[in-house]
Amino acid sequence: MTAPLTSNISWPSINLQAYLSRRYHLSASHRLHSEAYTVEQNQSTYGKCNNPHGHGHNYVIEITVGGPVDETTGMVCDLGELDAFAQTNLLDRFDEMNLNTLDPFRDVVSTTENFTIEVHRIFAAFPGAKLTGVRVEETSNNSFEYMGRMQF
Amino acid sequence: MILLTRKAEFSSAHYYWNDAWSQEQNECVFGKCANRNGHGHNYTLEVTVAGEIDPVSGFVVDLKELKDILEREVISVYDHRHLNLEVPEFASRVPTTENIAIAIWYRLNGKIPNAKLHRVRVYEMPDLFADYYGDL
Repeated sequence: MTAPLTSNISWPSINLQAYLSRRYHLSASHRLHSEAYTVEQNQSTYGKCNNPHGHGHNYVIEITVGGPVDETTGMVCDLGELDAFAQTNLLDRFDEMNLNTLDPFRDVVSTTENFTIEVHRIFAAFPGAKLTGVRVEETSNNSFEYMGRMQF
Repeated sequence: MILLTRKAEFSSAHYYWNDAWSQEQNECVFGKCANRNGHGHNYTLEVTVAGEIDPVSGFVVDLKELKDILEREVISVYDHRHLNLEVPEFASRVPTTENIAIAIWYRLNGKIPNAKLHRVRVYEMPDLFADYYGDL
């Protein structure tokens, strides 16, 4: 039996604010192509990503919510509620799909920038906690973040 | 000012339970995590400090010193322990990822020479983590 611990901290009596982040995984195909461009312009702008047959990624969607930590549960939000919301509103809609065939990408190019903004729009409606940011990894080398409208 | 992040790992057991509630309430809110036999995680801690670069050493903080502080203040206390039963601050609070990040902040705050604590991030698993930036 190891020795009992004595060092302690005192919990501040203020309302503590923390952030919780959850990562979801989905696989989807897409093709980068703009109706506003000619064939040549699409090819020169998007290169390989303009292949008419499309290609796919294993996307990682990182959702961050923030707010006061409930003293009775120790939580910023109910993770089960967030997971259920993600299942219905993210995974069931986008996983194993061709992004270009879906409503949000009818009029905008299915870049991961636009996908990130769409995911932000979806989770801004999550009733359980305040969305503070969305980060989407298209590959392990490319990631995109959106924190809502802000000035740079 | 520049930010510097150091990682450390600890493995601990815990369960989620609020003494003020009945068993049914605890199971309803915390689900499987309310099992009183406990369960465990390999936690990853990321501590980010902010400071100015010392013009002579080129360091914000001496990484070896930061590593030793993390070991002394956090890892030696949490690693291979049952957080609810053995770590004093979780006698009164549920050891959720959020509360672990907050507790680590208060264990480290003011103890890192020449730098200010900027963020404590705790991964309970690779797809779930909590951040605490102090009393903002």
